[in-house]
Amino acid sequence: MTAGAPAARDERLLPVSSLKRLLTRPELGAVVGAAAVFVFFSFAADSFLRASSLSTVLYSASTIGIMAVPVALLMIGGEFDLSAGVMVTSSALISSMFSYQMTANVWVGVGVSLLATLAFGLFNGFMLTRTKLPSFIITLGTFLMLTGLNLGFTKLISGTVSTKAIGDMEGFPSARALFASQWTVGSVTLKVTILWWLALVALATWILLRTRAGNWIFAVGGGADAARAVGVPVVKTRIGLYAGVALCAWISGQHILFSYDVVQSGEGVGNEFLYIIAAVIGGCLMTGGYGSAIGSAVGAFIFGMTSNGIVYAQWNPDWFKFFLGAMLLLATLLNAWVRKRAEATA
Amino acid sequence: MTALIELDGVSKHYGHIKALEGVSLEVSAGEITCVLGDNGAGKSTLIKIIAGLHRHDAGTFRIEGEETELANPRAALDRGIATVYQDLAVVPLMPVWRNFFLGSEPTLGRGPFRRLDVARMRDTTRSELLRMGIDLRDVDQPIGTLSGGERQCVAIARAVYFGARVLVLDEPTAALGVKQSGVVLKYVAAARDAGLGVVLITHNPHHAHLVGDRFVLLKRGAMAGSHTRDSITLDELTRQMAGGSELEELSHELARVAESDERPDRDRDGH
Repeated sequence: MTAGAPAARDERLLPVSSLKRLLTRPELGAVVGAAAVFVFFSFAADSFLRASSLSTVLYSASTIGIMAVPVALLMIGGEFDLSAGVMVTSSALISSMFSYQMTANVWVGVGVSLLATLAFGLFNGFMLTRTKLPSFIITLGTFLMLTGLNLGFTKLISGTVSTKAIGDMEGFPSARALFASQWTVGSVTLKVTILWWLALVALATWILLRTRAGNWIFAVGGGADAARAVGVPVVKTRIGLYAGVALCAWISGQHILFSYDVVQSGEGVGNEFLYIIAAVIGGCLMTGGYGSAIGSAVGAFIFGMTSNGIVYAQWNPDWFKFFLGAMLLLATLLNAWVRKRAEATA
Repeated sequence: MTALIELDGVSKHYGHIKALEGVSLEVSAGEITCVLGDNGAGKSTLIKIIAGLHRHDAGTFRIEGEETELANPRAALDRGIATVYQDLAVVPLMPVWRNFFLGSEPTLGRGPFRRLDVARMRDTTRSELLRMGIDLRDVDQPIGTLSGGERQCVAIARAVYFGARVLVLDEPTAALGVKQSGVVLKYVAAARDAGLGVVLITHNPHHAHLVGDRFVLLKRGAMAGSHTRDSITLDELTRQMAGGSELEELSHELARVAESDERPDRDRDGH
């Protein structure tokens, strides 16, 4: 994006600066990595390039990607959320059990779930900004508490570890259309989560690059004291970021509920790391202040390709985590290297 | 003409510690008042009072002749007092233009379409810096890639652009080399010429004497002297600043050490 052609170019700017500028994009490492993974599985698995396989890849990328977007924003803002994975499950459980127990229209449950999930996010945000403890500790606490509540309440209410089916209840079809529908184009089935994902990436990119809030997110993560000194509402920005994670957890949770009809209360544990991995592969700095929403989408896409590519290549999926870990390390090293090269003052 | 800022016998105590005792100082538009003192002389406390971070316990603090107590840094800013601290309040990884407007970003549009006026932010950053005589290679580069002197200048330009009438600079040359210090002092002078009143905190009498109109010396929280430019020479300022007789004693001691050691090349840089 250029603000008109620069009238007088500075002679001290090297002509290669456009290439260099590209290298400074946080997504670059992830895009290179994604291309490499794509080429690799194209050769390693015959069925990988089929349209149906790609739609499966896109679907699993979208389920991670929807959460990777707010987690990336949160990491740019300098914080973690370890409770993001189980919060998705909590959101689905609340929605399902409230509707079932109250025999209400499922939309009522969906609404209650939205409020409750936002409350979890605000709890994280308030605890962080009030106590000034590291977000790692606060959200680890929330993670464990939510894990316990998910299992405890589900067993208490429905007697088993999963919720009752709500597929025959009022409002289910319309809710399913919004959160879990799919269309078939030729031989390819596309799920609605892909749209949610792309919309969230676009929205987050807009917020980050073109709004005051975006400027504040970068500032809070890159130098909270400096940001406070020039009048940035640091506390509000942090709380808002946690609310964003909660909002997306609600979207993901409703998707799980309305695509499977029942919710397993033990689900979601460990997914928080997948979100963080997608964000980091996508160029977010662990220390905050740097990263992008598009990068997180590329990171999620790499995740989708790897998790499904291994299956298509007919390898034992037990190896998947190893690949994910190796890729995380490689991506982080690549990012660090690229940034150092790009930022070195000539 | 009334002074922009006038401190008269201002004191500040932290518990039973006297951090500042009876300090008087005056800053007028288009003038640079230098506050000189060694570490622990009370310079930081003085800044914090002027910047609105702390309130003074005794004495009077007048802004344009009106007695004031500043409740917080925002109040100081609203009265046109901008403070540039040593850490400069910039976010290193963010581009120069984003840093320039951080916290006061101009926007276009309304409601959900309210967005940053990016073109204006870039152009203003470039032109404001140019006006201060800083010709930046690229306003898109992260501010952390600028030299210490350039960063200091951006922070000063930002304060000037956002309507500061009094600029308080906390040791702007402390971490800089000779050349960079010169550059920064040039911008300090440019701010003065633009009609601002400047409070320059420093422990370097050479830098102070280059640009200062008035000099206030602090020592252990109290005033050790107050001079105007034509009433004091650089040598005298340096001597007073270093504690006069203490310095002479020190030089005798060091001379003895050097003689007995017979290692003349141990001379380290120390202003």
